[in-house]
Amino acid sequence: MEVPLLKQGNFLIATIQAALTDADLLQFRAALVQQVVRFRSQGVIVDVTSLDVMDSFASRTLREIAQMIRLRGAETVIVGIQPEVAFAMVQLGLKLEDVTTALDLEEGLAHLSRRSTSRA
Amino acid sequence: MTRIDTSPDSAQIQDEYIETAENTRPASVLLRELVAHLRDNRTQLREEWARRITEAKLLTAMTKDEIFAEATSVYDNYVEALETGTFEALQAYARNLSERIIPRGVETDEVVGIVLLLRDVLARSLFAKYQTDFTKLNRILDAYEPAANRIANTVAVGFVQERERIIREQQEAIRELSTPVLQVRERLLILPIIGVIDPQRARQLTEQLLRGIRTNRAKVVVIDITGVAAMDATVANHLVQTVEASRLLGATVIVTGLSPEIAQTIVNIGVDLGKMNTVGDLQGGIEQAERLLGYKVVPLVETQ
Repeated sequence: MEVPLLKQGNFLIATIQAALTDADLLQFRAALVQQVVRFRSQGVIVDVTSLDVMDSFASRTLREIAQMIRLRGAETVIVGIQPEVAFAMVQLGLKLEDVTTALDLEEGLAHLSRRSTSRA
Repeated sequence: MTRIDTSPDSAQIQDEYIETAENTRPASVLLRELVAHLRDNRTQLREEWARRITEAKLLTAMTKDEIFAEATSVYDNYVEALETGTFEALQAYARNLSERIIPRGVETDEVVGIVLLLRDVLARSLFAKYQTDFTKLNRILDAYEPAANRIANTVAVGFVQERERIIREQQEAIRELSTPVLQVRERLLILPIIGVIDPQRARQLTEQLLRGIRTNRAKVVVIDITGVAAMDATVANHLVQTVEASRLLGATVIVTGLSPEIAQTIVNIGVDLGKMNTVGDLQGGIEQAERLLGYKVVPLVETQ
């Protein structure tokens, strides 16, 4: 299943609408980084509001996405982690270290805007 | 001649015939005679019982009138249970009675004590009545004792169950009362924790906090544990997890009010303290939270 990507100015918004298989996640990672390069995006938002589970592979893939995008000089924000999912993740030790998180799309965009203006 | 045991487990005392040299009478007939005797002598037996209760210094939390009123109900229920051989009505009465007297401070030993006293008072009156006919006395007691024991058991168990139910209710109420999540500014929540945190309460705290972060769209949370004297490693770990889970929802957590003991526990479990944002007291925590949110508090300029 492909994850839809939207362009909003200097940023890309990826909305994950359902649980992805491991193969889907890897495809998503590749496609996202490709688009960051193509559009010279300064920031990416990955919206996981619709996910009600997050396993260790998904968690690791999100971290790798953030690392790869950082190597392109851009920042990633994961938004929309549900309370129950957050609770389960920390219990499993999936902490998403070094990855910026925000409550929702609005907060994520506000964060990216602040960061890009401070860099300009 | 063989004696057949009257099993106290049966809800109904079964009819049985006990042969003696003189006559045969079913146990149910003896029981009716017994119940009639207890009803006929209700007034003086009840008084005797009330006197023994006062003598034994039981039910001191209640007035004489109250004791008398309850004694009447208990006596009548007791005799009815003996008569019918069924105990549902007695169970219901025992729970009802317990619900009324537990808030008055009546203890388990008092309730068990008064029921046993009634049992003794009634038994003594049977001894007195049938003292000339030892055989008959024995048969009357065969009918009386299992039922009387069952009654004492029913009342005591009913009382204890009611107490346990009340304790559970109170525990639930305490748990709900003691974990409020409070919004003190836009995007700023405070979670003041007071008392003992066990793993269950810690879990409830986390769930409430995460829901609160989402509902209030909080960006900063101040968890104040000034009111918590100690926590074990499990709960300390849970606190750390709460901080991490809150971060996944985009909120920064500031923990304030750590006692020296708790600070020690946290260091001992090897938490990466770089991840945990702590400030000495609640005031400092709120001030830092306001700075993070871009607030500055200034005194109003007084106009002359």
